[in-house]
Amino acid sequence: MKRFLIPLAIFLVLVGFLGVGLRLDPHEVPSPLIGKLAPDFNLPLLSDASRHFSPAEMRGKVWLLNVWASWCTSCRQEHETLLELARRGVVPIYGMDYKDQPADAQGVLNQAGNPYVETVMDIDGRVGINFGVYGVPETYVIDKSGMIRYKLTGPLTPENLEGKILPLLKELQK
Amino acid sequence: MIPELGHFALILALLLALTQSILPLAGAARNAPAWMAVARPAAQAQFLFVAIAFGCLAYSFLVNDFSVLNVAQHSFSRLPPIYRFTATWGSHEGSLLLWTFILALWTLAVTLFSRHLPDDMVARVIGVMGLVSCGFLLFMLTTSNPFIRLLPAALDGSDLNPMLQDPGMVVHPPILYMGYVGFSIAFAFAIAALISGKLDASWARWSRPWTTAAWVFMTLGIMMGSWWAYYELGWGGWWFWDPTENASLMPWLVGTALIHSLAVTEKRGSFKAWTVFLAIAAFSLSLLGTFLVRSGVLSSVHSFATDPARGLFILGFLAVVIGGSLLLFAFRASQVGLGGRFALVSRESFLMANNILLLTATASVLLGTLYPLFLDALGLGKISVGAPYFNAVFVPLVTPLLFLIGIGPLARWKQANVPELARRLKWGFAASVVVALLLPLTLGAWKPMVSLGYLLALWIVITVAIGVQARLRTGAGWSANFYGMHLAHFGVAVTVIGITMVSAYETERNVRMNEGDTATLQGYTFLFKGTKNLDGPNYKAARGTLEVSRDGKPVTILYPEKRTYSASGMPFTESAIDYGLTRDLYAALGEPLDGGAWSVRLFHKPFVVWIWIGAVLMALGGLLAITDRRYRIASRKKGTEA
Repeated sequence: MKRFLIPLAIFLVLVGFLGVGLRLDPHEVPSPLIGKLAPDFNLPLLSDASRHFSPAEMRGKVWLLNVWASWCTSCRQEHETLLELARRGVVPIYGMDYKDQPADAQGVLNQAGNPYVETVMDIDGRVGINFGVYGVPETYVIDKSGMIRYKLTGPLTPENLEGKILPLLKELQK
Repeated sequence: MIPELGHFALILALLLALTQSILPLAGAARNAPAWMAVARPAAQAQFLFVAIAFGCLAYSFLVNDFSVLNVAQHSFSRLPPIYRFTATWGSHEGSLLLWTFILALWTLAVTLFSRHLPDDMVARVIGVMGLVSCGFLLFMLTTSNPFIRLLPAALDGSDLNPMLQDPGMVVHPPILYMGYVGFSIAFAFAIAALISGKLDASWARWSRPWTTAAWVFMTLGIMMGSWWAYYELGWGGWWFWDPTENASLMPWLVGTALIHSLAVTEKRGSFKAWTVFLAIAAFSLSLLGTFLVRSGVLSSVHSFATDPARGLFILGFLAVVIGGSLLLFAFRASQVGLGGRFALVSRESFLMANNILLLTATASVLLGTLYPLFLDALGLGKISVGAPYFNAVFVPLVTPLLFLIGIGPLARWKQANVPELARRLKWGFAASVVVALLLPLTLGAWKPMVSLGYLLALWIVITVAIGVQARLRTGAGWSANFYGMHLAHFGVAVTVIGITMVSAYETERNVRMNEGDTATLQGYTFLFKGTKNLDGPNYKAARGTLEVSRDGKPVTILYPEKRTYSASGMPFTESAIDYGLTRDLYAALGEPLDGGAWSVRLFHKPFVVWIWIGAVLMALGGLLAITDRRYRIASRKKGTEA
């Protein structure tokens, strides 16, 4: 009978791995940029295209960069979470509107609320390439020295906010 | 009102599924005919209520009832009606309902076409299928209810994923699910046989046509999925080794092994425990595929929204169903006798080699699919396994498998006569080698993989011809089973040629084109006539016009599109293809560049349609085999004896 138990044994090992796998997030892909300085850029603001924003202005502060777009449905999913985070006022959130039309983006913010201190427009996606954006939304945690400390691919959820991002922010803000 | 009716119908279906499983299974154990007799009517009633639920959801989609959350998230008022209907299964919840509906449909088929089977067998088979149905209905009702209301109702929906707004998506999911779920019948027969302890040839004969039917659907489903990916994703590839594709390939490979080993069990009484194991494995892999796609443990282009509670439920369900079956297998399989003996060279041994190769191929696909998960779970980092791994392991496994197709059907059962086999095959083999070595020279560059591909394809075609000719010479009459097998094998050869040609000789160009620019590819000249704006029902598009000519003669005009869907704002590439038996011309619009220019992707793909034509021939072969009179007559006789 022993040899007929082999398939069951293999299956149980598989179940174990799948069980552990459920608690992992395949979207949490490490970025080669973690621990490196955030790529520099100087992009026009969505609110006023004649003004520009550059990460250099944020030296000495911990901040979040959230890459989003009006055409991205997963971004709508995380919008509530972002608004809630903005309401708490623990961290300034800057948005990067990726490959989008400014009018459409402004429409979303008018309709759904604006969690961002400012949003910059990366209309042709050039800056996105420097950041290694490969799926919208993405969220970067950037520390006081301008270094990327964490990157999240996919929508921000209350779970990954409470579990990962908020503790990290607390640590960085010390 | 209608959504609530649907919800209520699901609850009733769950109660009926419980009745359908508990009473007949207990009745079969206690030999109570009245309890066993519940199986058929309960299953038919369950089908009715699942069908009502499905109809209610489809209705909500068709009438744009945006007070239903599922409709609001996956449909749109300006979506054409046909896609509103297919949006019914465009979501996680809807596709589960489709799964359950198809399971109920297959169970209904079993209740109708099982008159010749012994009552306890029917009771157990339907009972086991009822248990599976319970699991899915519970899953839907607890974590994935498709009928949840959205109050206040949305003004409009957020539209169906543009990738799914395609005629191919109308039929692909139902057909593929017919295959996935169809393996539940082979599974139910295997479990019923294990419970009753009667693992004999008649069990194999009963489950053979059902297994082949499921395999036919699976083959067609995978073929459509591959074709859809080819024209819809705009990358020109036909197989991406994406986890979702692998999830359907694995049960197909094991199902193929199962079809072959069922033949041995039926004809020779051998491989009994092994066949039962394959039947369990094929359905287990179908369930595992569902888990992988639905739980979000692997990231894939096909994945739906992820929810940990759902993943946990499916995993628990998997553990109970597969773990329970394998435990039952471990207890009962050891009591099964060995069946007919066979020599080292015999049809049995060739089929055993076929099974081992197919199972190894499945294991390597499973390993490649789950390897990133294993590493991640062990904290060893994140990687992704791509096409290079799969191609590297798959080709060496498939090569001997294809070679065996040539020998297996010509070898005798029990003991093959080796000198006779060699005499019949030597000229065929020599001819395939010579042609395979020379043919690539006429196609341009000689490449070893092309010769290998042609060698295998020609070898199959020639041996199929030898087999058919030998049968015709003996004057034996029509046998659907025999010709079905050879037709399917011939289909394999056609697919191999397609894969060989397109992998070796496809060419592509990425060009920047202004209005009036031309680009040439493989002797074809593409003239770009600029783009026009176009309004679709629920999208706006820029439609490019490419006039294709060869040696100054017009060939065709291609209209690739770049669409932007109104509700989701998602940009989308709609490729344009000129199909041909020996080549496809494929054009896709990339990004608009400054100055009115576009980046345009052009492909020349030789023989690519052969891949799918071959798959259709395989499916037709399976279909032919099912019609074999032997199954009905022989089993009916068995039924009256028992």
